[in-house]
Amino acid sequence: MIGSPLRLGGALVIALLSATARGALADDKQAFELIARGRYLATAGDCTACHTPARGALFSGGRPIDTPFGTLLGPNITPDQETGIGNWTDDEFVNALKVGTGHNGEHIYPAMPYTYYTNLTREDALTIRAYLNTIEPIRHEVHPNQLSFPFSIRALLIGWNGLFFKPGTFSAEPRKSPEWNQGAYLVQGLGHCGMCHTPKNMFGADHLDQTFQGYALQGWFAPAVTNNAHTGIGAWSVDDLVLYLKTGRNRFDIASGPMAEVVADSTSQMAVADLRAIAIYLKDQPATGGSPPNPVNADEPRMKSGAAIYADSCAACHTSSGEGITGLFPKLAGAPLVQQADPASLLHVVLHGNRAVATDLAPTGPAMPAYDWKLSDDQVAAVLTYIRNSWGNAAPAVTAADVSGARHARAADAH
Amino acid sequence: MARKLPATDVVVIGLGWTGSILANELTDAGLNVVAIERGPWRDTAADFPTTYAQDELRYHIRHDLFLRPAQETFTVRHNVGQAALPMRTWGSFMPPNGVGGGGVHWNAETWRFLPSDFQLRSHLTQRYGAAFLPEDMTIQDWGITYDDLEPYYDRFERLCGTSGRAGNINGQKQAGGNPFEGPRSRDYPTPPQKQPYGPVLFAQAAREMGYSPFPQPSGNLSQGYTNPLGVTIGPCTYCGYCEWFGCGNYSKASPQTTILPVLVRKPNFEARTLCEVIKINLDASGKRATGVTYVDTSGDEWEQPADLVLLCAFQLFNVRMLLLSGIGTPYDPQTGQGVIGRNYSYQVTSSVDAFWNEKNFNPFVASGAIGMCIDEFNGDNFDHGPHGFVGGGYMGAVQTNGRPILGTRVPPGTPTWGAAWKKAIAQNYLSSYGMATHGSCYSYRDVFLDLDPTYKDAHGRPLMRITFDFHQNELRMSQFLTDRVAEVTQKMGPQQIVKRPRTGHYDDTKYQTTHTCGGAIMGTDPKTSALNRYLQSWDVSNLFVTGATAFPQNAGYNPTGTVGALAFWAADAIRNQYMKNPGPLVQT
Amino acid sequence: MTSLSGVTRRSLLASTAALLIAPSASYGETVQGALPWQPDAARPPVQVRPGPWAYFTPEEGGAIEALVDRLIPGDDLSPGGKDTGCAVFIDRQLSSAYGQARGLYMRPPFQEGSPEQGPQSPQTPAQRYRLALAELDKHCKAAFAGKPFRDIPDDQKDKLISGMEKGGVQLGSVSARAFFELLLQNTTEGFFADPVYGGNRDMAAWKMVGFPGARYDYRDWVERHNERYPLPPVGISGRPGWIAQTKG
Repeated sequence: MIGSPLRLGGALVIALLSATARGALADDKQAFELIARGRYLATAGDCTACHTPARGALFSGGRPIDTPFGTLLGPNITPDQETGIGNWTDDEFVNALKVGTGHNGEHIYPAMPYTYYTNLTREDALTIRAYLNTIEPIRHEVHPNQLSFPFSIRALLIGWNGLFFKPGTFSAEPRKSPEWNQGAYLVQGLGHCGMCHTPKNMFGADHLDQTFQGYALQGWFAPAVTNNAHTGIGAWSVDDLVLYLKTGRNRFDIASGPMAEVVADSTSQMAVADLRAIAIYLKDQPATGGSPPNPVNADEPRMKSGAAIYADSCAACHTSSGEGITGLFPKLAGAPLVQQADPASLLHVVLHGNRAVATDLAPTGPAMPAYDWKLSDDQVAAVLTYIRNSWGNAAPAVTAADVSGARHARAADAH
Repeated sequence: MARKLPATDVVVIGLGWTGSILANELTDAGLNVVAIERGPWRDTAADFPTTYAQDELRYHIRHDLFLRPAQETFTVRHNVGQAALPMRTWGSFMPPNGVGGGGVHWNAETWRFLPSDFQLRSHLTQRYGAAFLPEDMTIQDWGITYDDLEPYYDRFERLCGTSGRAGNINGQKQAGGNPFEGPRSRDYPTPPQKQPYGPVLFAQAAREMGYSPFPQPSGNLSQGYTNPLGVTIGPCTYCGYCEWFGCGNYSKASPQTTILPVLVRKPNFEARTLCEVIKINLDASGKRATGVTYVDTSGDEWEQPADLVLLCAFQLFNVRMLLLSGIGTPYDPQTGQGVIGRNYSYQVTSSVDAFWNEKNFNPFVASGAIGMCIDEFNGDNFDHGPHGFVGGGYMGAVQTNGRPILGTRVPPGTPTWGAAWKKAIAQNYLSSYGMATHGSCYSYRDVFLDLDPTYKDAHGRPLMRITFDFHQNELRMSQFLTDRVAEVTQKMGPQQIVKRPRTGHYDDTKYQTTHTCGGAIMGTDPKTSALNRYLQSWDVSNLFVTGATAFPQNAGYNPTGTVGALAFWAADAIRNQYMKNPGPLVQT
Repeated sequence: MTSLSGVTRRSLLASTAALLIAPSASYGETVQGALPWQPDAARPPVQVRPGPWAYFTPEEGGAIEALVDRLIPGDDLSPGGKDTGCAVFIDRQLSSAYGQARGLYMRPPFQEGSPEQGPQSPQTPAQRYRLALAELDKHCKAAFAGKPFRDIPDDQKDKLISGMEKGGVQLGSVSARAFFELLLQNTTEGFFADPVYGGNRDMAAWKMVGFPGARYDYRDWVERHNERYPLPPVGISGRPGWIAQTKG
C-alpha cells in the first residue's frame, strides 16, 4: 500500500512561501493557500509541542514545560478573544515570535524559542497568524508563569535578553547554495533545533561555542548533532537524516523520547525538500566535540557482568553484535546516542521503557520494555557501561549512582 | 436497559486476526469501524516483554493470556446420552481473550489447505464412490475453490511475512518445497527458518524413504520483514516460547506485529476493550441486524447500532453468539435439520517419542513453527482405498519448545516420581525427541453444538454445550499416520520409540489443539449451511461470520492460514459487492 | 469539503492524535489514534523469598516438605524437593490466585462425570490441600504410633506415597489418588518453574537437565547440531554472572 518511502511530493520552498504570503486573502484559493502554508509553518515550528495540552484541544494551552528554573505552561494561542490571542494585534504576534514580547509588551520567557524564531521573516510570522486565526477559539485560561521567586520576575528578562539575545531576521549566506540557506533558515528559525541540542549556560542560554553538542533536559539527553563521527551524526548521510526526520527511522536508529514527539508532530509532516535542506545544512556543520575517550577495558568485572546481562537480556532484540534490526531495534554499535558523555537517555529508556515513534511511512512504533523492576543499579550500570564500550564504542562508564539518580528522578511525562 | 450510542457503519465483535483484517480493509474503504473486544488491550512491551515473557508457569500452566473460565466456559459430553459437564479449567483447547486473540499465542504454523479439501465430498465421492464414506459422516464442499482463495492466501502470507519454501508455483513443482500443495502464485515472502538437529535428521530419514520433506511454513520469521502495510516484523530468535505465549521481540506474526499499528492510527477506527458483546440485535423482521448490545466493566449495557455486523470472535464464541441472538435455525441431531451448531469438528493429533543414548537435540532451541514435514499422507494425497478411512495429515519433526514442566519425556516404565524418575528426566531431556502427526477431523451427524440447559455464564446466560467424540474413521486415520511417522522415526536410529496414536474417547483435560471448527459453516445451500460462500449469513444479510466457524470440516493442517485467507476473501466481497449493493450476495 | 478550517482542523487532529487509553467507567477502555503506552508498564512476577508459611500451618508445611523431598529426593543429580524450594513454591501458589481457583468456573451444580470431563470439585486447590493433609496426618498417626508423616522412615513414606498413587491407601473422604496427582503436578511445577516463584532454587532443576532457562535468543546455536549449549541457565531475575565479582 505504501510505494516509495519518500513519495510525498509538493515540496514547499520557504522563499516561495514568503513571496506568496503577500497576496493574502485576495480570493478563496489564495486564502486556502495562505492558511495551508501557515499550518505547514506552525508544524515546522512544532508549536503544538508546547501549546497543545495532552488530550486537550489544539493550541489551547496549559501544557507544562519543565525548565531548570521551574515549570512554565504553554499559553493558549487559539483566537479566543479573552483567554487566547484573538485580541492581539499583528505586531504583537510578530513581536512574540521575533522579539520576545507579548500582549501589551510584557516579556516572554525564552522557553518560547524567540531566540530562534527571530530569524523568521515577518511574512512567515504573519502567515502562521493567518492560520491560527482559522482554528477553533477555545476558552481556556492559562497562567503560564508557574516559576518561583526570583525567576517569576519578568523584568529580569530585560537583562537576559541584553546578554544573550540578538534579534534580527535571517540573512542568507551568499556563498552557500539556496538549499543550504533554506536549511539554515529552518534550523536556526522554526526548527529551533539548538533549543534541545545545544548546551546551555547557567542562565539557560545557548553556549554558542558548543552549538549542537548535546544537552540534558526533561530526564533525557538530546544527543549531539554535530558532524562528529563518534558522538554526532558524522556517519549519517544526508539521506539517512532525511529518512530519520521523515519516517522516524533509518538504518541506525528510531526516534524515541522527546524526539519521537518532534518527528510525529513536526518533521514527519514536513516536505522532503525542506528536510533535505535541513540535512544539507547540518551536514555542513563542523565535527566539534573532541575525540573519543579510551574505552573501558573489557576485562573489568563490570564489563564482564555487563556482557552477561547483555547476552541474556538485550541480545534478543539488539543482537549479540549490537547491530540491531532496521526499523525495530536501534543499532547500538557506533550509535551516537549510546556514546554521549551524559547517559541520561539510555538510563531513561532502560529503566522506564519507551515507545519509538510511529509515522505514516514507518507505522510500527516498537516499544522497549521497562527494566527498572528487573535490574539493580549495579546491573544497569554494568550493562550500559558494556554497551557504551563494546563493538568499537567508547564512552565514560555509567555508575550505580547515575542509575540511582535516574531511577528516583520523576519520569518526565511524555504528554 | 441499554443506553443507545451513535450509529457506526460497521461493528466488529472481537479484535483478533479476522477482526483486525476486516477492520483494516473496511476502514481503508472509508467506513467507520468500531471494534468491541471482551478482553484487554495487549501490547508486546507491557504484556509479554522479553523481560518476563519466557515464563512457563505463568503463561502455559496458569493460562495468563486466555479467557477465564469464570467468564465463560463450555460443557462437554461425548454423546447425547451423557450429562454434559463444564470445563472448569481449560484443557484440550485454549480459548483466547483480548486484542490479538489467538494470534497472540499461536505457534504460527501457516498452512494452506489442499485444493481437494475445499471440494471434499464431491472429490471423495468421485474417487471412491459414495458408499466409501461412513453413513453418518456429514462432510460437505465449501462453496469455494482453492483457486478462489489463492490470492487471499497470498495476501495473508504477505501480511505475516510467512517463512517457507514453495513447492508449486503456478503449476511448476519446486525442489525443496511441498510437492502436494496447491499451485501458488509466488514463493513465500521470506525464506524458511533455520532448522535444528531433529528436523534435519527427520528430513534425511524421510528422503531416504522416498518422501519429499520440506520446511514447515512459519509465521515466526527467518529474517526482518516489512509488510505491505509498512509494519516491520523482526527475525525469530528461536527462544521456544511461541504457543501459549506472546512474542516479546516482534518476530511472530500477530495482529500486534502486522496490522494494529496501522489500524489504530486511522481516525475512522476505534477499539473498545473490556466490553463484552452479549447479543446481536435484529429488527422486527428478524432478517436484519441493527447492531449489538454490549456490557462494559461496570456492568452497564450499551447498544451500538451499526449497518453491518462482523462476528469475528473465536470459533466457539461465534456459534454461541448466533444461538443467543436467535439467528438461524439451531441444529437438531435427531432430524438433521437446522444449521447453527451443525458440523462441529476438531483436529486429530498424535505423536511418536524417540529415545537416543548419545544425541543432543537442544530441544529449547525452538520456534512454534520450525520443523521439517512430509505431506504424503495428508488429505487425499494417497489412495485411501486399501485403508478403510478418509482424511489424513502432515507429519514431521516440529521443534516447538523444550520447556521442562510439561516438555520432558521419559521411556515407558519410568516411575512418575522419586530417584528413578529424576534420573530418567536428566538422561533423556536433551537426547529424546517427539515426532508429531497433525490430522484431519471430519464432521458427523451426532457431533454438534447447542446451548446447555443447566450451566450458565457470569451473566446468567446458558453456556454452549459441545457434543463430541472421535469416530472410528479418525481413530483409524490416527493409527495409520502414527505408524507412518514411526517408520521414519525408526530410520533416524533411536534406541527406543513409543507410538502415541489418538485412542479412546475425546479427553477434554488433555491439550490437543485449539483448532475447534465449524458450527456455522459456509456452503451453497441454506439448508445445510449457515453462511454463503462469502461468509455472509443466509438469514441476516448484514451479518458476516469469520474464522474456523465456517469450516464444514477440518483438514489435516493448522487452520490459521485458511482463516486469514477467508477474512481477506470476505473483506473483498464486502468492499467490491456488498458496499455497492447491500443485501444477499448469493440468491437462493 | 465546505469548511476550510474544518478540513484543516480535522486533518491536523488526525495527524497529531495522541489519545491513548482513555479510561472511562462507562465505555470500558477506548483505543484510538496511537498504540497505548505508559512508562514502566509491566506486570512482572514478584520474587518469592523463603520465610514464614503464607498458607500452610507449620504442621502442614512440615508434611509438604517431607512429601516433596520424597517425590524429588536429593542426590548427586540435584538437591531434593525441599532444598530446591518446592514446598515454599506450593505454599505461595496456594496463597495466591491459583490456590483460590480464581478465574476458574466454580458454579454449581457439581457432579461427577467421566474422567475425560475433567475435575468437578467445588473445592479450591488450597482447600484440597488442607483437607488431604489433615487426612494424611490422621492416617499416619494411626498407622505409625502417633507420628506425623514427616517423622516416619523414608521407606515407609515412599510406600505410603505409592499407595496414594496406585490406590492402596485411603485418606478418609479425600481421594488419595487425586491428591497425589495434584501434589505431583505442583511439585513438578515448583521444581522446574522459574526460581522467581520460590522453587528451582539456584536453577538446580534446569542445571540437572541442561535447560538454559529464561533465554530469548538462540540464533547463534540453531544450526550447531548435536552440541552442548554453552551458557548457564538464567532466570527472570538473572543469574550469578550478572553480579560483578569484584567492585568495578
